[in-house]
Amino acid sequence: MTDLSVTIGGLRLANPVMPASGTFAEGLGEAIDLNRIGALVTKTITRELRAGNPLPRVAEVVGGMLNAIGIPSKGVPYLLEHTIPLYRSWTPPLVVSISAPTAEGFASLAAEVSVPGVAAIEANISCPNIEEDGKAFAMRAASTEAVVRQMRAATALPLWVKLTPNTGEIADVARAAEAAGADALVVANTILAMAIDLESFKPRLGNVMGGLSGPAVKPIVLRQVFQCARAVRIPIIGCGGISTAADAAEYMLAGATAVQVGTATFLNARAMIEVIEGLDRFCDARGFRQVSALTGALKHEETDEEDLSWVAADGR
Amino acid sequence: MTRFHPQVAEAPATVVSNDPVNGEYRHLVVTGSALAAAAQPGQFFQLLCPAPPGEAPFLRRPMSLYGADPETGRIAFLYKVTGAGTRGLATLAEGDRLPLLGPLGNGYRLDPAWKHIVAIGRGAGLATLGPLAKAARAAGIGVTAVLSARRPDLVVSDALFRAQGATVLTVTDSQGNSGPAHVERLLRGLIADQRCDAFFTCGSSRLLRVQQILAREFAIPGQVALEQQMACGLGMCFCCVRDFLTDGAIVHKRVCWDGPVFDIREALP
Repeated sequence: MTDLSVTIGGLRLANPVMPASGTFAEGLGEAIDLNRIGALVTKTITRELRAGNPLPRVAEVVGGMLNAIGIPSKGVPYLLEHTIPLYRSWTPPLVVSISAPTAEGFASLAAEVSVPGVAAIEANISCPNIEEDGKAFAMRAASTEAVVRQMRAATALPLWVKLTPNTGEIADVARAAEAAGADALVVANTILAMAIDLESFKPRLGNVMGGLSGPAVKPIVLRQVFQCARAVRIPIIGCGGISTAADAAEYMLAGATAVQVGTATFLNARAMIEVIEGLDRFCDARGFRQVSALTGALKHEETDEEDLSWVAADGR
Repeated sequence: MTRFHPQVAEAPATVVSNDPVNGEYRHLVVTGSALAAAAQPGQFFQLLCPAPPGEAPFLRRPMSLYGADPETGRIAFLYKVTGAGTRGLATLAEGDRLPLLGPLGNGYRLDPAWKHIVAIGRGAGLATLGPLAKAARAAGIGVTAVLSARRPDLVVSDALFRAQGATVLTVTDSQGNSGPAHVERLLRGLIADQRCDAFFTCGSSRLLRVQQILAREFAIPGQVALEQQMACGLGMCFCCVRDFLTDGAIVHKRVCWDGPVFDIREALP
C-alpha cells in the first residue's frame, strides 16, 4: 500500500486524483464511489446567469474532443443553496471553480463562495477578460498578477489558479500567479481549436471555436507542467489528456503534485478510480512508499542554456 | 460513511449476437451485469463503439434500450448504421467485448391506474418504444401501438408489441397513411373508444405535435423520449441540452440527466 496522500497549498488530499472542472457533477456518483477520489471540483460558476453556447457544443476529433459549452451557470445563490450542500454528502474536499469577466468580479465572487463547506477556490482565469479586449487573463503575466492579487485579498481559502495553454508565456504567467499569492496552479485548460464539417461547410461547433481536450493534448500540456514546475515553488495540478495511471505518473514526474481527469471520464466513468489504483501499483512496483515522491522525479541532464534556446522561445 | 451502491454500471458486456433485421436496422444482443440488465424502458446506455476501418469514433454513443432481461443478463439494442459509431457497432461479433455505461436517464413511467395506453413512434424511435410492450403487459395495461416508417419493411418493434398482446397499427409513407392528419384520426378514434389513458412517443416531432394538441384537448398525460448528441451521459458536460417549456418559461434541460423521457406538455418539437 502506497501512501497516496498529497498536500496542496495547506489542503491535504487522500490521493492526488480529482475531476477537471466542467467534466464532473453529482451524476458520476451513480457510477463510482466519489468518496474514493482526492477532491470534488465543481463546474465553473459565474455571478451572472448564463445559458451557454448554441449547439452543437461538442465535436469529436482524432484523439480527443472539442467543446464550447459556454459555462451555463445558475449563479451564486443556487451554488450556495443547492450545490455546496449537495456535495457535503461526500467526504472529499470541495473545490469551487469560479469565473468572471473582470478582476473585481473575480474578487467579489471569490469572497462570496468563501463559505463553510468549500475547501479551496479554483479560479478559471482562462476566460475572456473584458478589460483586456476579450483576451483571457491567463494569456499574460500582468493581467494574471492583477486578477490573482485582487482575489488573494478577497479570500482566505486556498486559491488555485487555472492557466490557459494558449499563451506562449506560460512560465511567466505561472510566476505572476505565484507572486500575487496563488496557492497552487492548475495546468491547464483546453487548447483553442476548431473543426469543419465537409458536408455542410459549417463549423462543427455552434460557437465556431472551442477547446480541445483528450489524449491529443497530453504531450503539449505535460511540457507546460514541466515549464511551470521549473518556474514556481507552489504545487501544480496537471490537467490535460490524462486517462490512465501511466499518464498521471508522467505528469507527476514532470512536476505535478496532483492531477485532474476530465474527458477520460466521458469514455470510462471509472477512469479516476483506475488512475488511483494504478498509481498505487506503479509506486509499489517502483519501490515508492509515497506517491508524492514522484513529483518532479524526472531524471534529465541539466543542459546549457544555449542548448535549450529553442524551448526559451515558448516560455523559458 | 454510507456504503456505495452503484445505480449505473460501468462494465464491459459480451456480444451474444449482432444481426441485420431489415435493410437498415441491426439487432445487437449482449450479456452484461445484473445492474445493467435491470434497465427500464426508455432508459439508455453509453456504448464505447469499436473503431470501424479507417475511422476513429472518440466519444461514446448513446443507445436506447430495446430489451433487457435481468434473469439472463441480456440487453438488446436495435440500431441503424448511420455514422462512425454505428458502423463500428456493426463490426461486433459473438464473444466480442463492448464497454458500456448504464442504465442511464429516466425511463417511461407507467401508472397502474391506466387501463389502456397508446405508443406512437416513427423510425428509430420505434426501437425505444419496443420494451414498453412487455412492461405495460406486466402492469396489466393494454397497449395500442401506432408504428410509423418510410416503408412497411422498415417497421420495427411490431413483433415485440404483438407478442405482448398489443394491437398494432402500422402507417407508412409508401402507403400514404403516415401523415399527421391520418394519425390524428386514428388517435381520436382510440380516445373515443376509451383506449388512450396516456401517450407514449418517440422519434417524430410531427407526431409529437399531434399528441400535444390531443393531450391538451382531452387532458391526457403523455411522455416523450428525446434524442440529442451526448458526450458524458451523466449530466456533467451540458452538451445535450434542449429547450423546454416549464412553468411558462423556456428553460434548458439535459436530455441525458433530466430525461431522456419528458412530459409531452413541456417538450418543444
